[in-house]
Amino acid sequence: MGKDVLIDMRHITKRFPGVVANDQVTFKVQAGEVHALLGENGAGKSTLMSILSGLYRPDEGEIVIRGKRVTLKSPRSAIDHGIGMIHQHFKLITPFTVAENIALGSLDQSFKLDMKKIEQKVAEFSQKFGLHVDPQAKIWQLSIGEQQRVEIIKVLYQGADILILDEPTAVLTPQEVEELFVTVRKMAKEGKAVVIITHKLHEVMNISDRITILRKGKTIRTVAKGEVDTQELTQMMLNREVKTEIHRKPVPKGKAVLTLDKVSALGDKGLKALDDVSLTVREGEILGIAGVAGNGQRELTEVITGLRMATSGKVLIDDQDMTNQSPRMIIDAGVSHVPEDRMGMGLIPNMDVTNNIILKDYRRGSLGKGLLLPLNKAREMAENIVRNFDVKTPSVDTPVRLLSGGNLQKLLLAREIAENPRLIVTSYPIRGLDVGATESIYNLLLHQREQGRAILLIAEDLDTIMKISDRVAVLFKGKVMGLEDTDQATIDDVGAMMLGESPLEGREA
Amino acid sequence: MKNNERTRKNIIIEKRASVSPIITISITLISIVMALIFVSVFLFAKGYHPVEIYQMMFTRAFISKYGLTETVIKAIPLMLAGLGISIAFRMLLWNIGAEGQIYMGAFAASGIALAFPDLPRIVLLPAMLLAGFVMGGLWALVAAIPRALWKVNETITTLMLNYIAILWVSYLVFGPWKDPQGFNFPLTREFSEGAAYPLLFGTRVHFGIIIALLVALVLYVVLNYTRWGYEIRVIGESESAARYAGMNVMRNILLVMFLSGGLAGMAGMGEVAGVAHRLQAGVSPGYGYTAIIVAWLGKLNPWVIVLIAFLFGGLTVGASAVQSVGLPAATSVMIQGAILFFVLGADIFMRYRISFNRKREEG
Repeated sequence: MGKDVLIDMRHITKRFPGVVANDQVTFKVQAGEVHALLGENGAGKSTLMSILSGLYRPDEGEIVIRGKRVTLKSPRSAIDHGIGMIHQHFKLITPFTVAENIALGSLDQSFKLDMKKIEQKVAEFSQKFGLHVDPQAKIWQLSIGEQQRVEIIKVLYQGADILILDEPTAVLTPQEVEELFVTVRKMAKEGKAVVIITHKLHEVMNISDRITILRKGKTIRTVAKGEVDTQELTQMMLNREVKTEIHRKPVPKGKAVLTLDKVSALGDKGLKALDDVSLTVREGEILGIAGVAGNGQRELTEVITGLRMATSGKVLIDDQDMTNQSPRMIIDAGVSHVPEDRMGMGLIPNMDVTNNIILKDYRRGSLGKGLLLPLNKAREMAENIVRNFDVKTPSVDTPVRLLSGGNLQKLLLAREIAENPRLIVTSYPIRGLDVGATESIYNLLLHQREQGRAILLIAEDLDTIMKISDRVAVLFKGKVMGLEDTDQATIDDVGAMMLGESPLEGREA
Repeated sequence: MKNNERTRKNIIIEKRASVSPIITISITLISIVMALIFVSVFLFAKGYHPVEIYQMMFTRAFISKYGLTETVIKAIPLMLAGLGISIAFRMLLWNIGAEGQIYMGAFAASGIALAFPDLPRIVLLPAMLLAGFVMGGLWALVAAIPRALWKVNETITTLMLNYIAILWVSYLVFGPWKDPQGFNFPLTREFSEGAAYPLLFGTRVHFGIIIALLVALVLYVVLNYTRWGYEIRVIGESESAARYAGMNVMRNILLVMFLSGGLAGMAGMGEVAGVAHRLQAGVSPGYGYTAIIVAWLGKLNPWVIVLIAFLFGGLTVGASAVQSVGLPAATSVMIQGAILFFVLGADIFMRYRISFNRKREEG
């Protein structure tokens, strides 16, 4: 090909207590290419990139950058070698301006800040790569997509020509994803190398030139995009035949389980976060809530589950008025909740599996009501759930912080469906999960739907919302923009509504 | 050049996957030794031989019968107040008002003892214990209610309430409750026979030790085997998880603070019923503050707290022994402080593994 090899990671091995995260991994990146690093959670993608960005040091193996063997002692030394990482969670100081944040990450500043120079550079980058952002804007004023641009500019300003993007599309709208991809292509054209860590196959096929697949800490293969299709990629990732198809059987819809009637509520900052929201979820139905994160989704789940006060409107569960009742009353009315914040709200990281399983049942059901907690029964219950839902854990005495993301979510969901709820409220149930875990979570939800449960599903991935839900509603700035049958709406319609366009305009366009 | 790089020394700091009890115990012991070495620098500078001083303290506190008795007597209020503090700390309620709660407990128990001197012991003592418990609990509630309702910082309020409680007891013993036949000393009348804790084993050790051990047992059972204990543990780990699970966090804040203050109040009752047999201005020489250290060093575990309280009781007794060679009794406070400092500082060694290894040269 004649292209320069910028990065050559040879036989990298990294061990953590109890696991080999990278096992003799080989990874090569050329100048001017977009290289996808594909693999399930726990496949070792993040570890490998953390090694490349100087956060971890490999136990074995060597890293060659532009033909020279290097030791990356710290993120700083990685930057000195032109490697810049854009993390999934942005590391920006929100009260500062864009230019100030960029100054913070740069080396060439003397005692006095030269903001002019930075602003000039920002303008240059934004023109060259389509990274449009106002250097004088404060970070908190920016959308997530714009903040990501700031992160990219930050590493470009530091002189990076090898950019690593960790799950860059997880928080973006479809339109923002498109814009990001345009930028990525322009950077590659300029001779920079871009590594994208992801497990979304359609994005891999869209953006990358070459793909390296990791599985269980080992390199499976590096292939050019043209050589494979998504089916083959999935097989390499999972090493088993999977049907990524989700089958939504027709299920008769029963009576309304959850009804919201013109519900409004305030957000944490005292501003209106929900504005006259009206919704219904019936037995045997999944209602998907689409929308860019931060448009009232969290407040919606909290109002339903009693964790936030509604300022007006009514919340009915099975025709019973449950507006502003205590969480306990609402739990007892049969409402289950799989919160966005799994560790901390849904699960308690330092407690073991048993203690997490009984978080809601410690005072009801088979554990009875006396003074003493029947620990043996609790244990039995936990063991049953672990077995029936195939949760991978060394034992029920293991603190849940040691479980992997997919198993945590299974455990949480299993607990929430174990007591036969009427309604399941679930937020971002597959966030951060790999293909295998995603599939099992969706199948669990679909199975619950077949059992006649009502499900309110908040998610960010439009493809899956459209596949799994019977109907979809879009939240934008606390309002329901539209409510449609998924069989009739198109992804483009919903995407437009997520950006605040009314469904009618969307139709005409 | 290649070799050069490979043999460089590295300091590697890595999080421990789990902490074994052996590591916990050995690190704690090492840090206590470090604290003693640290204090010995001061002893040495003052012209004393540290080993001799420590030996003297140890002998007095744990070897002689008289000293051992004193050690247990001093450990009783530390146990009760320490256990009380630990349960509040478990819920991240920073009750540092045990000192005041001790005084209020002593005040209420004394009130009962002085008002009904003729009641039989079997009635009077439980009544005093109950009064001490309730009064200490109420005193803690004064801080807990604003905390539960408006998130008023309980660290400050419990601390402030200490001064009020101490001054209230002073007012009583200098004023209305002063013994008319007491030669103007700030003391109340001596209690009746029925208001005195029975003494055990023919020593000065009073019945309070049984109460303290019972409380430790009850607390252990409550925390580990009851629904309420489960709620306390969950709230302590994550308040948002507790709310999510439908637990009433506000009610638990009030209940736990009441219990916490109540146990400190029982410590105050024990001091008047078991040691002083009257109310006086210095009912507690700072047990409520030392108990904070005891609770913390005991990792909030009831049985470890009992053990640490015993050791700290010995420290106080030992320090009084070295007064004979001219050292101030405050030496014990200094040692307590140093131990706390080193044990807290050593926490990082429990959570992280630090190794100084040379990079492997093969490859």
